[in-house]
Amino acid sequence: MRPLFGYRRENGKVGVRNYVVVLPVDDISNAACEAVARNIQGVMALPHSYGRLQYGKDLDLHFRTMIGTGSNPNVAACIVIGIEPNWTKIVADGIAKTGKPVASFSIEGYGDLEIIRQASWKAKEFVQWASELQREPIELKDLTVSIKCGESDTTTGLGSCPTVARAVDRLVDAGATVIFGETSELTGGEHLIADRCATPELRQKFMAMYDDYIAEIKSQGVDLLGSQPTQGNIAGGLSTIEEKALGNIEKTGTKPIIGVLEPAETPQNGPGLYFMDTSSAAAECITLMGAAGAVVHFFPTGQGNIIGNPIVPVIKLSANPKTVASMKEHIDVDCSGLLSREINLTQAGDMLMDYMCRVVNGRMTAAEALGHKEFVMTKLYRSA
Amino acid sequence: MHKFLIHKKGDHVGVATSNIEAGEKVIGVFMDDDSTIEVTSRAAIPLGHKVAIADVAPQGHVIEYGLPIGYTPEGLKVGDYVHTHNLKTLRW
Repeated sequence: MRPLFGYRRENGKVGVRNYVVVLPVDDISNAACEAVARNIQGVMALPHSYGRLQYGKDLDLHFRTMIGTGSNPNVAACIVIGIEPNWTKIVADGIAKTGKPVASFSIEGYGDLEIIRQASWKAKEFVQWASELQREPIELKDLTVSIKCGESDTTTGLGSCPTVARAVDRLVDAGATVIFGETSELTGGEHLIADRCATPELRQKFMAMYDDYIAEIKSQGVDLLGSQPTQGNIAGGLSTIEEKALGNIEKTGTKPIIGVLEPAETPQNGPGLYFMDTSSAAAECITLMGAAGAVVHFFPTGQGNIIGNPIVPVIKLSANPKTVASMKEHIDVDCSGLLSREINLTQAGDMLMDYMCRVVNGRMTAAEALGHKEFVMTKLYRSA
Repeated sequence: MHKFLIHKKGDHVGVATSNIEAGEKVIGVFMDDDSTIEVTSRAAIPLGHKVAIADVAPQGHVIEYGLPIGYTPEGLKVGDYVHTHNLKTLRW
């Protein structure tokens, strides 16, 4: 395997990108954040749609996602801007616990232009500092990798998901941390996940999360016919949620599940495979996994989901020969040779691992080159 | 050359890895032991869609990956095109 190089942060965590981000606490601070990013080269704003009048578990999740995103080791330094000082301070203080440079600004009493001026000065200082940070040798065990598939079809279960499984098993054996999620999309195979939970307590926690998610869907007085599987899934040959789930679960590999996480919760049980309670919508899911500390993402696709993330490089692979030809600018790893049996799973797993190493070392993924920066907060219920 | 793949011995369906024409005699490979099976397709089956490799009685569970992926209200015959018209979820 090729040598790996990454950025070791103040708290010992390892990133593979070196972003300076301007993080809005709330929707109305997006404009100031985007102005700062326009003023200073190499600074990235992360606009989103929420952060006002949230409460309870939904507010906790908002803060956890904000703090987790700023704390992600792919972020070298972070500027936080919110409308008022209290919630802004909660987010900035949470990120500052990592030891990385953080500065925060609140707009009330000053206005956008004054805050943009102050934050731009700070952003310039941060980006010039970050530009001198050097990659250093790292190991697989330093990485947290997330996995989630999308626009799945039957080729996902035949090819791209089993390829990811090979990589997941190798990563876990090497001492890395891997996170999967997609709670409702386990339906039909939830018992397979439950059986792999390392302790009865984890199993119980997982099943409670799964049952709650399904109960929440049912409480809307509907079922997921027409949504799960999606119209794209059906066009690709998937007929039922069970078939989709069994393909999806293929990518989780064979290792025991050593932790069951709330959305955006950071893994705390050491290296290994974790389940996170997430939506199966790609942008929401990867945003939560990035907030939990994932620095690279594997994304198997069949019909051609084009998702990216602003701070986590998303590596896309497909085994569908039509998709790798018709949407080739989106596909990083072509494993369609699995369907024609020109390559076997060991070879496909090796290809993916090698590509991941190149991405860790700095190669831009297709989604990065194409500018895909989908950053979507998960909202648990409407605001007050 | 194979035109479809089957996840596991005992599965009722395979997945087309090339477009299959109606009436075409096609070979499938079982991914768990590399053995093969030949079926004559009873309909056109696009790449990624499923062909029945076993008869299944009406209301019977349909097996793929060694597990039920739903049930078939009217039953399946070897060579049938299997999709949402004859395979329904057991869950919702």
